[in-house]
Amino acid sequence: MANITVSPTRMELTRLKGKLRTAQRGHKLLKDKRDELMKQFLDTVREVRALRAEVEEELMTVHGAFTVASALMSSEALEQALVYPKQSVELTMTFQNIMSVNVPVYDFQTQTRSDSDIYPYGFAATSGELDTAVDALGKVFRKLLKLAEIEKSAQLMAEEIEKTRRRVNALEYVMIPNTQEAIRYINMKLDENDRATTIRLMKVKDMILKESLEEKRAETARAVKAFGDSAEAPAEV
Amino acid sequence: MATTYRIAAVGDWESVMGFRALGLDTYPVSNPAEAKDKIRELAKTDCAVIYLTEQLAQGMDDVLSRYKDELRPAIILIPGRQGSLGIGKNNIQRAIERAVGADIL
Repeated sequence: MANITVSPTRMELTRLKGKLRTAQRGHKLLKDKRDELMKQFLDTVREVRALRAEVEEELMTVHGAFTVASALMSSEALEQALVYPKQSVELTMTFQNIMSVNVPVYDFQTQTRSDSDIYPYGFAATSGELDTAVDALGKVFRKLLKLAEIEKSAQLMAEEIEKTRRRVNALEYVMIPNTQEAIRYINMKLDENDRATTIRLMKVKDMILKESLEEKRAETARAVKAFGDSAEAPAEV
Repeated sequence: MATTYRIAAVGDWESVMGFRALGLDTYPVSNPAEAKDKIRELAKTDCAVIYLTEQLAQGMDDVLSRYKDELRPAIILIPGRQGSLGIGKNNIQRAIERAVGADIL
């Protein structure tokens, strides 16, 4: 494991244990978040795919209709017919919070004088095919907006999932093992210090005992010597 | 407070002219460089959704990824008049790969 630069003290040990607890709790929470986000994301993505296929198909028919219309009219007339729109679209955007990801919810209002009359041109100078095309586009527009909403949501969620996944992995494979390693290191170091202290005390005790023993021996020897010299019993030994 | 935003369509003239009839803001452009400038410009204004034709989107990955993680604008690719190129579908695939780390669907 990586080189550990922690000071092996009890205070550090307590600190690291707290850190490990927090990291493990955070890891669990983030994992739950990731799983739930993933579930939502996959639902959204399925929806996006279905809707996109639908919209693309319908748009192609719309394009086809416009092609027919432009074949029947001159491009100037077509441009003139469409240049000034009768209705205007306004979009309101609100937010929905999915697992701390803000995703947009679109809602649009059209401002038009009457719902049935969305054609911004007079019928005299244009062909009927143009009406069909504009009508078809109007129908697909709602889906198009829904597509914008969920596709954007999917993108934003993908970003958030990626971030969360990285965090989970960083905690799981780096942060938590490193902390555990550091705790083990401190524990071992502290145990080692304990043993060292015990051994040192035993040694010191040995030395003191030895010293006092030798002192006693020397005293005895002195006494014996004194006894031998004077041939008198010493007052005390 | 609900603010109102605009919807824009960027693409070649034939592809976006229909949107004008619906009341969207249409910006006919002819090449990706022009489209890039237009989108940068639109992103600064009150434009929430930009529909962009796939034909133009081909050459402007940098701008698209720049706005991918922003809340606004949402750049949505639509098939242009020449037909779908599958870029929109690919983008979904890429989003999945990004989130999961592998292609699972």
